[in-house]
Formats: sequence, structure tokens, C-alpha cells
Amino acid sequence: MSFSLQKDKRGVVVVGVDGQLIVGNRQELKQKVVDALDGGARKFVIDFTKTGYIDSSGLGVLVSLSKKIREQGGDLRLAGLNEDLQTLFELTKLDTLFAITKTPEEALAAF
Amino acid sequence: MTTPLQLEVRRPAGEFDVVMTLDVPSALEYVGPAVELIARHAPASLSARRVRFNLRTALAEALANAIAYGNRHDTSRVVRVRVEADWQGVRIHVRDDGAGFDPAAVPDPTLPQNLEREVGRGLFVLRHLVDHVAFNAAGNEICLTLRAG
Repeated sequence: MSFSLQKDKRGVVVVGVDGQLIVGNRQELKQKVVDALDGGARKFVIDFTKTGYIDSSGLGVLVSLSKKIREQGGDLRLAGLNEDLQTLFELTKLDTLFAITKTPEEALAAF
Repeated sequence: MTTPLQLEVRRPAGEFDVVMTLDVPSALEYVGPAVELIARHAPASLSARRVRFNLRTALAEALANAIAYGNRHDTSRVVRVRVEADWQGVRIHVRDDGAGFDPAAVPDPTLPQNLEREVGRGLFVLRHLVDHVAFNAAGNEICLTLRAG
């Protein structure tokens, strides 16, 4: 499990979540995004294309990051959720809190 | 993670085809490895998709709750996991040393006033991912049932 971080030409940061986003690694994701935010980045995409599962702590860290980014005038989008993960966001009603696109490319195009 | 996890797998001549037991130290860094260890030994009666998502997520929730709220991160204590598997599916018992809690008292995380809270979704998520959830009377053991399929 790991997180990759890439910045495109326009400065949009794309974070890939490989494996799982859970209680044991959520702080690592949070730190990476906060560091990028402190470094001036304001537009973020978190790509779940390679993610198997997310627990409630993982959901919680996304809620927290979304708030932090919005407070700085930025924007966070989520992309690449498989059917199960999409259902998880729907049943927790977090799909109403996040901008979610099918692919990271769609998320990038929407900025 | 300094303590290696030891999964004990038995095939008793009784009610279940396979019984697995695992003691997990009360530190959150063990949740991911413990989930992977059990998921790798999941019974064939569960589909790969249900093992990948439902079993892993629900077990991660149960372990995290037991470590954080039950044993309060006390590394001298362990969370005890017992998995009973057969052709009908799997039952996972997760037990901590805590005083227990009242599951009915946990607020609904989907209410508008709770939606932006960082915590409080664990039990709600867990209930939606397995076929049945039961607690012992003391409230310090949860039993998750995933039926075959």
C-alpha cells in the first residue's frame, strides 16, 4: 500500500491510493496532501483506481482534507471509485459532500 | 509493527470446516496486516469481491474499534479474533478487554449535522457490509456474519 503524488502542468496535484486507505495509513495520506497544500497547491484529485478498500477512518481523513482544502480556497475531487467504493460513499451520504468523477482524467478536465 | 502476527488455522472435526484464531496487539498499525492475513485464508464459499471489499472493510472497522475504544491503544493487551468458516459462509468474532459500549447510543453519521464529522462512521459502515452483526451482553465482542456468495 502506498500513495503516489504527481503534479500536472497546471499545478493540479493527483494523489493515487494503491491498495487501501485505512486507519493504519491515513495519516500518511493526510501529511502528503497537507504538505502540498502548504507548498501552495490548491487543486487536488485523489485517484482510487487502484484502491481495494477504504474504512471509516479513511473516509474521515477525506472529510478532514476536504475541509482544509476548502478553507484555503482550494478544491478536492475524487475519482476512479469502483462500484463497491461508490456504494460506500452513497450509503454514508458522503457522495453529497464530494465532487466525484469516474476517471482522474474527468476530474482534471473539470478544473 | 514489531510483533509478528501468528494466525492459527485448525480443521476441527465438528461444527465448522475451519477455525482460525489470531491475537492482534492493540496498535492501529496492525489492522492492515491482520486484515490481509485473514482475508488470504478466507473460505472459498465467499466470492473474491466480497472478500476484497466487504470482509476486509468490516474486519478493519471491528479491529480499529476494538483497539481504539476497547483496549484504548494499550499495547499490553491484545484483540482476539476467531474466524469460523464453513460452506454457509464465515463468522468473525472480535473481542477486546474493554468495558463494552451500547451500540444503540452511536449517533447516525448520515444526519446533516454529522456529515462533516471526521469520526463516527465505523459501526454504520460495518452494519451495511455484512449480513449480520451481533454483540455479546458486555458489549466487548462483536460477531460479523458473511453468508456464502
